[in-house]
Amino acid sequence: MPIATLDAAAKKGVAAVQQYSLLSARALANLFRRPFYGADIITQADLIGIGSLPIVILTGLFTGGVLALQSASTLSEFGAAAITGELVSLSMIKELGPVLTSLMVSGRNASGMASELGSMMVTEQIDAMRALGTDPHKKLVMPRIVATIVMLFFLTIVADAVGTLGGAAVAIIMLRQDASQYFHTTYQALRYRDVTQGLVKPLVFGFIISTIGCYYGMSTTGGTQGVGRSTTQAVVVSSVLIIAVDFVISQFMIGIVGR
Amino acid sequence: MADLALQAETPPSQVHPDAPAVRFEHVSIGFEGKDVLEDLSFDVQRGETRILLGPAGVGKSVLLKLANGLIKPDSGRIFVFGYEVSAMREEDLFQLRESIGTVFQEGALFDSLTVRDNVGYRLMEQHLPDEEIDQRVTEALRFVELEHTLTKFPSELSGGMRRRVAIARAIITKPDLLLYDSPTGGLDPITSTTIIELVIKQRDVYKTSSLLVTHRLQDAFMLVGHRFDKETGQMEPLPEGQTDPCTSFLMLHQGRLVFDGSTHDLVHSNDEFIQQYLTY
Repeated sequence: MPIATLDAAAKKGVAAVQQYSLLSARALANLFRRPFYGADIITQADLIGIGSLPIVILTGLFTGGVLALQSASTLSEFGAAAITGELVSLSMIKELGPVLTSLMVSGRNASGMASELGSMMVTEQIDAMRALGTDPHKKLVMPRIVATIVMLFFLTIVADAVGTLGGAAVAIIMLRQDASQYFHTTYQALRYRDVTQGLVKPLVFGFIISTIGCYYGMSTTGGTQGVGRSTTQAVVVSSVLIIAVDFVISQFMIGIVGR
Repeated sequence: MADLALQAETPPSQVHPDAPAVRFEHVSIGFEGKDVLEDLSFDVQRGETRILLGPAGVGKSVLLKLANGLIKPDSGRIFVFGYEVSAMREEDLFQLRESIGTVFQEGALFDSLTVRDNVGYRLMEQHLPDEEIDQRVTEALRFVELEHTLTKFPSELSGGMRRRVAIARAIITKPDLLLYDSPTGGLDPITSTTIIELVIKQRDVYKTSSLLVTHRLQDAFMLVGHRFDKETGQMEPLPEGQTDPCTSFLMLHQGRLVFDGSTHDLVHSNDEFIQQYLTY
């Protein structure tokens, strides 16, 4: 019956939200409890942060470049090509830098977390860890959350910087704009509240990516097929959540800081 | 039995010395609306080995995970060394599990760690010195005759070797209770014999209380019909008609306990299912 199916689906959805919330709360609470797995945080930071650097740099570079390319032609019609730098820096720092970096990291790392933890679940390695006296939320989940939040913050800064440079390269070399004018407008247009908005987002997105990846990993069932399913769902859900939450944060921050 | 706070200085198994190693009291559990285990009650006394028989999918592994507190029952109570594991928090269970060694069905070794790190995992988490870890890991691997595999990864080992490493990992802290989940599942007869030899060795040398789950009768009867000779260092059959007095049986059928007793009673049971199972 359709109503029974809807009822079951609704219950499943609510249960999933409950489990996700419990996992996130436990992982955050474990930050202040012994044992503290500092070495695991460093390892994850290296895998997530340094490992994602190449794709973040490439993404930032080409995004900044295409922004300059696309915007310059439109701005020229209004005689405003001189503010190409302002448009590139504001777009990158407030929006595209955090969002595109997070989407790249989500595709790379949410899937990695879900597949690694999911494989451990279906081969009883998580149960073995618990049987050996180690809390998998402390050992596996918490380091990934901390590492992702911290590294995504710095990766976003890298993406913003490289994006601005990418825009500069296009504006100066291809569009023959004045270099000092480009960098001058880039810098002048920025306010602290723009930078604040652009750096609050990766903290939230980092939390989303890691908790979603770990949640799907830790709730994997059904063998290798289940691992594949978890991996796909982790990327899809975290990507959609990033975009949705970006809207909410933007609205919230604009309401607080005014722009 | 009162569920007292675990005392830091005394090993959990010694806090209630008169309590059985494991006690199930009217334990039931179900998944997705279906009953898996119904109203189970049995004991595993100190120093006893209990073999849990039953067809595949009857809930034997679930029972073992209940005993270790990895899952909670829907009703009933479970005690390990007098502690009510069915009511304990996960943080308190970690301390109790120092007295429990578990051998999982496929070994459940950590595939990104070497054999040395797998076997010494608990010791590494306790931040013991590397020299002590190496010494105790070597000792545990010597027991299972795999000293030469220290630097290997689980993917480089055969199925039988992985089970032996899992046994080494379970026994390294000299636990007072061992839980074996189908330790010979999927292995050839020769390798299975090697694994059962190790279980017999552990039983007879260290007198560890054990709960062993299997659906293989040949492994069960080897356990009751053989002993480990400490002088020769070999497994040998018991005299004709004799069985190990500390080893007895439990049998599950459709989620219920249909047998709890000695080898003699099992073999001479009039229950139709048991007779059918034994002649299979």
